[in-house]
Amino acid sequence: MRRLRSIGAFWYDFVIGDDWRVAVVVVAALALTAVLVHAAGVNAWWLLPVCVFAALGWSLRRAIRS
Amino acid sequence: MTALPLILTVFVACAVEAVEALTIVLAAGLTREWRSTFQGMAVALVVLAAIVAVLGPTITLLPLTALRLVVGALLAIFGLQWLRKAILRATGHKSLHDEASAYQREVEAARTAGLSSRGGVHDWYAFTLSFKGVLLEGLEVVFIVITFGASQHNVGAAAIGAAAAVLAVAATGIAVRAPLARVPENAMKFAVGIMLTSFGIFWGAEGAGVSWPGQDAALLVLVPVVALVAFGYTVLLRPRRGRSPVAPASGKVVSS
Repeated sequence: MRRLRSIGAFWYDFVIGDDWRVAVVVVAALALTAVLVHAAGVNAWWLLPVCVFAALGWSLRRAIRS
Repeated sequence: MTALPLILTVFVACAVEAVEALTIVLAAGLTREWRSTFQGMAVALVVLAAIVAVLGPTITLLPLTALRLVVGALLAIFGLQWLRKAILRATGHKSLHDEASAYQREVEAARTAGLSSRGGVHDWYAFTLSFKGVLLEGLEVVFIVITFGASQHNVGAAAIGAAAAVLAVAATGIAVRAPLARVPENAMKFAVGIMLTSFGIFWGAEGAGVSWPGQDAALLVLVPVVALVAFGYTVLLRPRRGRSPVAPASGKVVSS
């Protein structure tokens, strides 16, 4: 059990890293892009870059304040 | 897209990780013994090559749209991790990775460890130190090789970039027999973070169904825009005169 937990912790740290909020923003932005493209017919190519830049700034600000 | 940007991106990313692995291998080899160190390194390289050989062809069987969505999301998250760390280090809010200090720490630990033999390995400590160092640093390279290679349906070109970087760093390490402390690791991580994030955005959005204006040529705009934003944050977050950063570079060793 302990080994499984440490393997899980390793992969979490490897992929997600120090700030899980960044991962949440990226996944949510991709989901919203897919909805806009397929359900609303909007070619929302701009949405992911905007969300990624905002997530980076937010994460940096949080890191510096902590 | 041609194979050259793919090979170059993988080369730089791999070189950064290879420099960190080299520090551990040198500490094990020079302090303990070379034979067990090389055994550990060889076993780790075989494991890494096996992961690429198994996962590379398997992942390319996935439909391209689904593959780009998953790979894009992973690359964007991964790239943002690298960029975040590089910006925090460039602005003095996180200690710089110091290969010389990392080497000293590994050497001191290696000197105090006892000697034990297992199987065909004479020095188990040197073997495991070298094996873990190469495997853990190499996993990041494998991740980049597989994601970039699979998205371009060219795992071979990505593997060539990775192998070239390992050979270049290994040859330099053998020549100088010291950790490569002068390699501008943070600048390289910054550049790789920009590339990973840009490709992650591009492929992720494509996987979500977007048509980029200008198709593949959009990358020629996206990469400089990501770089500009990253440099902009670096300038904004630099401590102003008279205000010291939270954690100045102090020689304290931090993880990659």
